[in-house]
Amino acid sequence: MKVSGKRKSRNNNNRKNMRGFLWILPSFLGVMVFYLLPYADVVRRSFLGAVDNRFVGIENYKTVLGNTAFQLAVKNTLLFTLLCIPVLIIVALFCAVTLYKSKYGGLIKSAFLMPMALPAVSVALVWRLLFHSQGLLNHWLSNVDIAGNDWMNSGSAFWILFVSYIWKNLGYDIVLWMAGLAGISTNIYEAARVDGAGEMQCFFYITLPNLKSSLYTITVLSFLNSFKVFREAYLVAGDYPHESIYMMQHLFNNWFRVFSFDKMAAAAVLESVVLLALIMLLQRAWDS
Amino acid sequence: MDIKTHMKKFNFYCASVTKERNMSGMRSYFKQHSIRVGRKWAGFHPGRMILWLFFAALALLVLYPIVFLISGSLMGNDELASYLGAVFLGKSGYADFPPLPMFPTLQHYVELFLDSPAFFVMFWNSVKITFCVLIGQFIVGTMAAWGFAKYNFPGKKGFFLLYMILMLLPFQVLMLSDYLVLDFFHLTDSLWGIILPGVFSTFPVFIMYRFFSEIPDSLIESAKLDGAKDWQLFLYLALPIGSSGIIACMVLGFLEYWSLIEQPMTFLKDKSLFPLSIFLPDITSVNKSGMAFAASVVTFLPAVLVFLGGQDYLEQGIMAGAVKE
Repeated sequence: MKVSGKRKSRNNNNRKNMRGFLWILPSFLGVMVFYLLPYADVVRRSFLGAVDNRFVGIENYKTVLGNTAFQLAVKNTLLFTLLCIPVLIIVALFCAVTLYKSKYGGLIKSAFLMPMALPAVSVALVWRLLFHSQGLLNHWLSNVDIAGNDWMNSGSAFWILFVSYIWKNLGYDIVLWMAGLAGISTNIYEAARVDGAGEMQCFFYITLPNLKSSLYTITVLSFLNSFKVFREAYLVAGDYPHESIYMMQHLFNNWFRVFSFDKMAAAAVLESVVLLALIMLLQRAWDS
Repeated sequence: MDIKTHMKKFNFYCASVTKERNMSGMRSYFKQHSIRVGRKWAGFHPGRMILWLFFAALALLVLYPIVFLISGSLMGNDELASYLGAVFLGKSGYADFPPLPMFPTLQHYVELFLDSPAFFVMFWNSVKITFCVLIGQFIVGTMAAWGFAKYNFPGKKGFFLLYMILMLLPFQVLMLSDYLVLDFFHLTDSLWGIILPGVFSTFPVFIMYRFFSEIPDSLIESAKLDGAKDWQLFLYLALPIGSSGIIACMVLGFLEYWSLIEQPMTFLKDKSLFPLSIFLPDITSVNKSGMAFAASVVTFLPAVLVFLGGQDYLEQGIMAGAVKE
């Protein structure tokens, strides 16, 4: 009697376990078919030759790492992220702290969020008119006697992209920072003010330390969004832009067009490994 | 208001709302009427004024592209030619652009809607992609999120980690695998090839998981005691209570799939399948540039409307997306 009762409860437990998985099942099947299995195939292909599908070991990885276009794309992407992300995060923090709980803060935050909604393709027209060699920016600059530039066809293209990235993501990061700010109890501030702390002291000794956990998530999300600047770059400058803004996505597109799947596979595996390692490393750094 | 009327209102407020005339009542009254007491910047402060002016100017600058496109779409061909001839027609000198058109006209919109069937096709493709993906995500994603949030099963942590990693990988990493599977199913050059991977995107699962987790377990337990079955819990408890999370996902999803670029650009060859988000209008002649402005406005308008309508949900969605596991 006792044994069967136990068995019944275990069965019941297992059924419950199964039931939870059933809710995931439709989604997981899709993920399996559209992401996991093909990714496994990509990993397999990264070790095969392009023509005869022969096993070539790490030959593809060597080719990719030695490829000058790959090196350029990696260099640009690294430079871009290392420059953009700290600037974006600091500017967004400044805006968030100033706008938080102030009278017109909500309105201005909405304005900063708006670019997130604008499809890159409709903005491309504005970019082309602004940064053309005879465009508006050069006109305004000539009014104040500064020599113009052919913005998209010179090294300045990088800075145009930099500004586009900040423009597009500032609102997003402000919202994330504000969420962090909302998590800090106002009691701490009140106590500090009673003890005579000024605005600056409050900021450095209360606000900043309490925002540390938000910093990790904001860094990761800003990093991932930084891959999307390719959209503006592509729409304004096409497949082969000025070499200062030749990004990873351009490289993948160009390899795709000539069906170099061996190189694409190796590069995709490399990039996913590096990304995962980076994200884990960031998490480690923040946990400790 | 002067201090006397404030005192009168405060008395009334205490009588009606807090029932107590003490410090906490006073504080909540002040909060409600946004009166600041004892703050150093109560009233006029030049530094703060400059800061606000700076922010207002920055906000206008951020919104400039929208103003630019709208006013361009309302200008006649002659006006556009005179302002933008330097860029479009290779004239000497610089382009110029006033914030408002001198002689506004709806001519380009009329042309766009009446004389360009290709534009309609693209608009319709965008609508199809966006809505099919959203409906699919709603069905598949809510179920998965509910399973992750309120059930236990072996390997749950591993599955969840996998979903999170997939959410974080950019398109370029998954591009080849996407192509391989679409090629296998003969879905390249078909809208389904764009829609299906979108439906199974793991990002909405993660966001909705956040919202479903906040539903208290006690509520679920009491519903179970009343005899609710699993599917009833999902339909009558999870969906209504988690609705703000679902709307947040839909808003984020709309903005993402309405402006999708990489996927259609890579997988679609047939121009009749192109969505609006990869339509780069030809601006080599002034006549076409007017249409280009109007087309840009029509492209961003649905996204901006969704943004304005769902901004609160959008912000909740952004915050829920913050990775913290």
